[in-house]
Amino acid sequence: MDTIDKVSSIKLLKKGAEASLFFAEWHDRKAVIKVRMPKLYRPKALDMQIRNYRTVHEPQLMHEAKAAGVPAPLIYMVNVPESSIVMEYIEGQQVKLLLNDVEKDRRHDLCVKIGESVARLHKWGLIHGDLTTSNMILAEDGRIYFVDFGLGEKSAELEAKGVDLHLLKRALQSTHFKHWEECLQAVLCGYSSVLGAETAEKVYEKIREIERRGRYVEERRQP
Amino acid sequence: MWNHMTKTVQVDSSALCLGIESSADDFGVGIATFGGDILANKSDDYIPTEGGIHPREAARHHAEVADQVLKDALQKADKKPGEFTCIAFSQGPGLGPSLRTGATVARALAAYLNIPLVGVNHSVAHIEIGKLQTGAKDPVTLYASGGNTMVTAYESGRYRVFGETLDIALGNCLDVFAREVGLKHRKGVPLGAAIEQLALRGEKLISLPYVVKGMDLSLSGLLTAATTAWKKGNCTLEDVCYSLQEHAFSMVTEVTERALAHTEKNEVLLTGGVAANKRLQTMLKVISEEHNAEFSVVPLQYATDNGAMIAWTGTLAFRHGLTIPVDESMVKLRWRVDKVDVPWIQ
Repeated sequence: MDTIDKVSSIKLLKKGAEASLFFAEWHDRKAVIKVRMPKLYRPKALDMQIRNYRTVHEPQLMHEAKAAGVPAPLIYMVNVPESSIVMEYIEGQQVKLLLNDVEKDRRHDLCVKIGESVARLHKWGLIHGDLTTSNMILAEDGRIYFVDFGLGEKSAELEAKGVDLHLLKRALQSTHFKHWEECLQAVLCGYSSVLGAETAEKVYEKIREIERRGRYVEERRQP
Repeated sequence: MWNHMTKTVQVDSSALCLGIESSADDFGVGIATFGGDILANKSDDYIPTEGGIHPREAARHHAEVADQVLKDALQKADKKPGEFTCIAFSQGPGLGPSLRTGATVARALAAYLNIPLVGVNHSVAHIEIGKLQTGAKDPVTLYASGGNTMVTAYESGRYRVFGETLDIALGNCLDVFAREVGLKHRKGVPLGAAIEQLALRGEKLISLPYVVKGMDLSLSGLLTAATTAWKKGNCTLEDVCYSLQEHAFSMVTEVTERALAHTEKNEVLLTGGVAANKRLQTMLKVISEEHNAEFSVVPLQYATDNGAMIAWTGTLAFRHGLTIPVDESMVKLRWRVDKVDVPWIQ
């Protein structure tokens, strides 16, 4: 790997499903190198297409997220042929790891902040595509950084916004199932404070529609 | 709610549970011991003359064959109706008319024999039979069938849904495509198997939509695009089948891998009707190895809907006092797996 050869003190941080994250010193800065490893289960052509697409789009979307007012790591370098991205290392903690254990008020505040950030992305026409609490880092300065835009897209459509929030709801239900309702309520509170109650309500209606479309949902209307 | 019930019922491991499955096109009767031996697993499937499952016709089929399938199962297990401890039935999710036919048979048996009735969640049963047959203890499960496509894993009292289809199920996607291109469902050769055979001879990968949203996925656009590609006529059916499978299976494999990395479990289980597909098995095996997880796939006779899985899950539920009176045994068409407490898991 060219990129990895140029850096020092490299260390595997996490082997995720889609990519491996390495910690490294890059020109005297702390950096994260995200490498999308080839996926041997899918055909080579399809694999290349997916990895290239995500490697190109992720930095673009992260850049736009910052423009939209949502903290995201700085991009230092992108290497498409080897599907790697070198980016700023954020000192902090994954929201996933702390959300269940913090005080109720603290949890509420964090979720409101998350909701506000999601709304800023959506207002900018930016869809994150994988809104889970694993992809949010509470930095030491108190700001919540959003990472992993690999499944994101530019879209102003209600449908895309609805799915984005629906995914966050699902992530809360599966990972923070003891508090998911209060968390969701706080997220939506932050969301509508940025987008305005009227627009937010349209998105919520869309979420309900998406959920009714799902399989074996009790609220789904009988044909 | 079940979760306040912690008492367990002492039952001999040789005691018997009879399970009835009828949620879709199969009518099945299984007989399981409380110790986990499957003594019989008989079924008869409804094959539509054209199109997909017609709920009313499927129910009519089930009512017609119920008597014979029940007899076959009892004969296979060499047991008499009087020897059972409880009757379990698939209470949902599924097609209303089909479910109701099985439920009616179950209620009649339980009332006649004066033994308890156990309502079993069909999706939980697919997971439990997979665990019983493969020895998996705490897997990330991909349950893919004609009606369901979800990635689940156990967490605090329930099977949680980590990812699922946002629209149609994987088996449904393959079946509808097969019918659109004129393949016929024959006894013993499901449409999915016909596609799998054709796909083996495919060579060219056609670009089709690949839609993964977080841990969820969407298959309806893929179905439309594959059907359109075939109708345009500039590619072979083998190539379209191959491309459809590669795209669809890559998507479910990607979300399964995400759930595996997320939950950090060390087992992967493939269950449901589409589990019979060798290509899908291979893909999941690859990600399992990559994450040092044990991969297992449910044996073929327990992959599709079957009575044995209902009987076995019935024993688990019965041990935890989860019987239901007849007047509370109405079927639940939209009974999601994550609404069901599973107190038998520690």
